[in-house]
Amino acid sequence: MRENLINLAYLIAAVLFILGIKGMTHPRTAVRGNRLGAIGMLIAVVAALLDLHVVRYEWIIAGVVLGAGIGAVMARRVQMTDMPQMVALLNGFGGVASTLVAGAALMEALALATGVPLQFTIATAASGLIGAVTFWGSLVAFAKLQGLTGDIRIKGAQMLNAALLALTTAFGVWLVIDPSATWAYWALVVTASILGLSLVFPIGGADMPVVISLLNSYSGLAAAATGFVLNNNALIITGSLVGASGIILTNIMCKAMNRSLTNVLFGIWAPSEETASSDEVYAGKVKAAHADELALLLEGARRVVIVPGYGMAVSQAQHAVRDLVLMLEERGVEVEFAIHPVAGRMPGHMNVLLAEADIPYEQMKEMDEINPTFEQTDVVIVIGANDVVNPLARTNPSSPIAGMPILNVDKARSVIVIKRSLSPGFAGIPNPLFAAENTLMLFADAKKGALDLMNALKAA
Amino acid sequence: MELLVVSLTVFVLAIFVGFEIITKVPPTLHTPLMSGSNAISGITLVGAVISAGAQISLLTTILGFLAVVFATINVVGGFLVTERMLAMFRRKD
Repeated sequence: MRENLINLAYLIAAVLFILGIKGMTHPRTAVRGNRLGAIGMLIAVVAALLDLHVVRYEWIIAGVVLGAGIGAVMARRVQMTDMPQMVALLNGFGGVASTLVAGAALMEALALATGVPLQFTIATAASGLIGAVTFWGSLVAFAKLQGLTGDIRIKGAQMLNAALLALTTAFGVWLVIDPSATWAYWALVVTASILGLSLVFPIGGADMPVVISLLNSYSGLAAAATGFVLNNNALIITGSLVGASGIILTNIMCKAMNRSLTNVLFGIWAPSEETASSDEVYAGKVKAAHADELALLLEGARRVVIVPGYGMAVSQAQHAVRDLVLMLEERGVEVEFAIHPVAGRMPGHMNVLLAEADIPYEQMKEMDEINPTFEQTDVVIVIGANDVVNPLARTNPSSPIAGMPILNVDKARSVIVIKRSLSPGFAGIPNPLFAAENTLMLFADAKKGALDLMNALKAA
Repeated sequence: MELLVVSLTVFVLAIFVGFEIITKVPPTLHTPLMSGSNAISGITLVGAVISAGAQISLLTTILGFLAVVFATINVVGGFLVTERMLAMFRRKD
């Protein structure tokens, strides 16, 4: 009876999670959705506390207090620009928790001699593998995003990864054949940990949106695997929801870069034969402008579109950009934001930064929605973005970014690019947009550029 | 075996539900979607709580305790940071 009630509570929790995610389909209902999810979690945890196996509470209370304290401080302190790092860490913690629970469940089953069915050992091995890869992979992603480490390319990384995966699988098979071999589980966790490190170390900065989405998916799948270990439907349902969510985001990110998941994971770029050197593209054609001239251009504009990129996040320019937008709007200019799916370091990164600066969400437009409007746009201001506005993607089929969907800002009447230098973006190729006839460069860091434009507008 | 089939059924159906709902989330909310879904993937906390409280052996208790700590950071940090982000999204007034 008690067991049935507990399982019903888990079911209610799972339903609340589904409703919670459903709330995320609109900004108006999203806050309520998040709270429904939190209530679901509370119900699930209370149900777990009522489980007959739970006989003492001191370790649980200590763990919850410690974890809640750390989590609350992290959530409160983190800057919006650092959200990718935060999500990477949380992914990792979810993964390692699944690995630890599966390990503990294995040892409990052996100690109680309750019998270890095939489903149990296979799921345990899966949980150990996915959880450990997620944890270490996420820590590397965190370190990269935080600028603690660069991209480290290991020679023969693919061979190494294949060998590690084979070894991990071998330990898994051993565990399935002989469930009493707990050493095999921990050996599996160790090799999977190294695999997690070697998978993420070579992946470059602008590919981070894919990596974070994928690790997000893994953290869900690890929870689902643990659900199979514990025979717990709440874990299975929730884990697969999160798994699906991560996969969908991964897919969106890959499409937005026109790269396959394998290419991202193994750092492969499409072969490019004849990309022009930056000298050929830029020589004598780049026009640097002073903020005063640009202010005159903006004065006469009726419609302005702003394209933010990672550069805006790096220099924390979102508030300066907001002030610039307000000033333009005061002068009767219509302003919208064009947001490329892979702008920034995680899906939706730019939107959160702009929301932090009080930009209403109706003003943030997705690529497909805004692309047809560039021809009717007087001025586009590109702030710290590069590859996502490179027209080569459209015009040069042999370019490494050929076929990548881009924001067609070159079709606007004038383009202002705020950028520190002509240095190439992640794809490592020059951008003909900077040399286009209708483009003016404002060489400055994103924040200073926005402030300069604002001061010039004030004076004009 | 029977149990495995039931679990697999639940797993596959839940993935379909996930795909149906999540494809409807607008790109504007993708970051909160990630942190929020992240928070609920801390559901492993359920298993962690049982391991930490079952007192089978010292080792399983320690593993359970560590899992409780990590999963709770995931849950509490995830929900709070999502709440903080979502509070910033506003309509034009």
